[in-house]
Amino acid sequence: MAHMTVDDVRRILVECAGVDDSIDINGDISDRPFDELGYDSLALMESAAQIKQEFGVVVPDDELVEAETPRALIDLVNGLVTEAAAA
Amino acid sequence: MTSKDGLNDVNGRNARTVITGIGITAPNGLGTEAFWKAVLAGHTGIAPVTRFDASRYAASLAGQIDDFDAAEHLGSRLLPQTDPSTRLALVAADWALTDAGVSPDTLPDYDMGVVTSNALGGFDFTHREFDKLWSKGPDFVSVYESFAWFYAVNTGQISIRHKLRGPSAALVGEQAGGLDALGHARRTIRRGTPLVVAGGVDSALDPWGYVSQLAGGRVTTATDPARAYLPFSADASGYVPGEGGAILVTEDEASARERGVQQIYGELAGYAATFDPAPGSGRPPALRRAAEAALADAGLAPGDIDVVFADGAGVPELDAAEAEAISAVFGAGAVPVTAPKALTGRLYSGGGPLDVATALLSIRDGVIPPTPTGAPVPEAYGLDLVQGAPRDRRVRTALVLARGRHGFNSAVVVRGA
Amino acid sequence: MTRRVVITGIGVRAPGGSGTKEFWDLLTAGRTATRRISFFDAAPFRSRVAAEADFFPEAEGFSPREIRRMDRATQFAVACTREAVADSGLEFAGVDPYRVGVSLGSAVASATSLENEYLVMADKGREWLVDPDYLSPHMFDYLSPGVMPAEVAWAAGAEGPVTMVSDGCTSGLDAVGYGVQLIREGSADVMIAGASDTPISPIVLACFDAIKATTTRNDDPEHASRPFDASRNGFVLAEGSAMFVLEEYEAAKARGAQIYAEVTGYATRCNAYHMTGLKKDGREMAEAIRAALDESRIDPTVVDYVNAHGSGTKQNDRHETAAFKIALGQHAYDVPVSSIKSMVGHSLGAIGSIEIAACALAIKHDVVPPTANLHTPDPECDLDYVPLTAREQRVDSVLTVGSGFGGFQSAMILRAPEGVKA
Repeated sequence: MAHMTVDDVRRILVECAGVDDSIDINGDISDRPFDELGYDSLALMESAAQIKQEFGVVVPDDELVEAETPRALIDLVNGLVTEAAAA
Repeated sequence: MTSKDGLNDVNGRNARTVITGIGITAPNGLGTEAFWKAVLAGHTGIAPVTRFDASRYAASLAGQIDDFDAAEHLGSRLLPQTDPSTRLALVAADWALTDAGVSPDTLPDYDMGVVTSNALGGFDFTHREFDKLWSKGPDFVSVYESFAWFYAVNTGQISIRHKLRGPSAALVGEQAGGLDALGHARRTIRRGTPLVVAGGVDSALDPWGYVSQLAGGRVTTATDPARAYLPFSADASGYVPGEGGAILVTEDEASARERGVQQIYGELAGYAATFDPAPGSGRPPALRRAAEAALADAGLAPGDIDVVFADGAGVPELDAAEAEAISAVFGAGAVPVTAPKALTGRLYSGGGPLDVATALLSIRDGVIPPTPTGAPVPEAYGLDLVQGAPRDRRVRTALVLARGRHGFNSAVVVRGA
Repeated sequence: MTRRVVITGIGVRAPGGSGTKEFWDLLTAGRTATRRISFFDAAPFRSRVAAEADFFPEAEGFSPREIRRMDRATQFAVACTREAVADSGLEFAGVDPYRVGVSLGSAVASATSLENEYLVMADKGREWLVDPDYLSPHMFDYLSPGVMPAEVAWAAGAEGPVTMVSDGCTSGLDAVGYGVQLIREGSADVMIAGASDTPISPIVLACFDAIKATTTRNDDPEHASRPFDASRNGFVLAEGSAMFVLEEYEAAKARGAQIYAEVTGYATRCNAYHMTGLKKDGREMAEAIRAALDESRIDPTVVDYVNAHGSGTKQNDRHETAAFKIALGQHAYDVPVSSIKSMVGHSLGAIGSIEIAACALAIKHDVVPPTANLHTPDPECDLDYVPLTAREQRVDSVLTVGSGFGGFQSAMILRAPEGVKA
């Protein structure tokens, strides 16, 4: 199973929640908090559903809310992907 | 008295409610002036359905809004969470508020509310989610389905977009509900909230939504867009469903003047609603009563009304009943009657507010737009139906009528400021 | 002169019993009606618990023709209307029909019927171009549910203003508020007001699954609705209806009507914040409560009982606890607060009216219904939530609140009018 990159996160966010006109999400967004990027909990939940479909892992609700930046989400998802591959 | 909810009328039962902003999304025009120009020129928004292949369905026409780029107006952030009807409503509200010169800090917190009517919900959106649920499973249903579908969605989204925290509501009453929303806006203003964004916008032109409208049995099967929806015509064969509507900014007149409002289109002078008796009860239909009560509420006599914007169902027995009610109130042929909605199709909750907007433009420009059918009106109707060219005439007052399936009757009187 | 509005008739169809009496028995016994979903196979869903009502249309006296014509949500509303009208003792034949109106609340109206028709027409989602050959003649009414208030109007002979109020989960409270306003302003003398929702269906379950708003306590359905408890993890979907006869007070008094309560205050606000999220501070709900108290011209300390929205989601229960503290001040800690959703679940647009019925009965019987399943309060929910057991005490003035998607926050004050209670 593939690992998730920051471009995957960007693409999935745009697909699931669009882009706030006043915010530039191009460039390195890895460490910018989601709320600063204009994404709320619904946007992340919708994205988590898409991540499940693409990467085959379920991000637990309580861990999803803890992931405040794209990097944290990537680490979380890729950890789950690696775990699933090892199992 | 600090309450803005006085079940008592804080602003006073006789405080005037005025319309200070108009936002229109209609099949024959986006924006007030584009729409008004189309109405006076007789340009129709009715055409064959293009959103899907309607060839298997009994009907084939709709009043579609085709030149609307939601992303251009709203940006992309709202698109994944909104139905086409909500996008139209949000843009209409944006335009109305801009027209009225209102921004979130125009009035103190809680002093601006939203009342919309909605008859169809976010149906295109929900149809797609039903498909995901049943073809792929619950995990594929969008997080947005929980609110993109329900009837309160336009009120909630408009409230959030413009930071309107005052008393708000969503009403459902098929094609009459849009006038009820205006009536409730005035009620809310009289109870102490100085400004209420009000109106209605609907759309359900996905295959399931479209065919569900046909189930009502009143949609015409005619195929010529110019000869399909013919209110008050001898050839009437039903209506064409459309999408869109109007959002208005309604305000307490004193408050509007105090903030230096740019323009006042007119006063929401009268409102009333009635309901037809149960089928088979033998009691008379109640549209006449609604019209009379709205006139009384406005303090006007029938002779004071310059034009009637009719519901114009386009179904012979319903047209006959409306003509009878109008004649009973005004006398046969005694008042000009028009139904420009023949150019847009019936817009459900959007129909009444769009007619009110049209009536206000009539007042502004001194012209009555025609009913564009060109077809003969049965003599028995006793109607002075404005047909052919627009009729130039000073218009100070207008009565707007709307009826909803199963017996809703609502009436609004507007008067020049 | 100000026209006052009173409740003179009540009809309830809620989970766990049929009719107003059984509803009140359930609440005062602290029993729960939440169960594993039986209406369909809920195995694929995240939340598999609901509060289903035992509702038998034939036993309700509906004819076969009425059963075909009215969908479940409409049947609930009409059954409650009939009960409320009978309970009121009002001779409708003696009232001008134009002075009788209807305000019916519903959040999702005919959603369940829509889904049933969809499965046939779309061949379970296989056809985007639904098959018109399977189009039900009722489909229009499921798309645009004006028929629901219409059936209520016909059942009561109402020919005045009729509407459906659809403000999501505050619909049931707002519909009664709407009816009260119409009588106050003189647009009607009698209003049939209340709400109905029967949303227990795959699509509605899936909606709330997606946003994780419903409980996952699937192995313990009877104890799944846990407002204010530290272990709560979402609401329990439910169905039901409550309808009222509202009358102008002087007219009701003149005919010697039984009067349950007067609606002395009502207010609603929007949070203009988020379609589903709530700010922690509860500011807008507090403002609605403040306005409703203000209109009732009472001090917060007069309130004997607070009927909470108490849905049992993490965010709601904290949000409204914060709102009560702002609006009621120190009295928030002294007044009993409870959530009947712990027993009858959350029937979306209907529950606000069902809760008003509970409040009117609390005033009538001087009993505060409990919050079931509350064993270990959330430390952030530190009020007196009347855990487990109903409380006998004087109840003359009640505050009830609602909160819903779209940002709606509503509050209503019900009071026993002077001289009604000994």
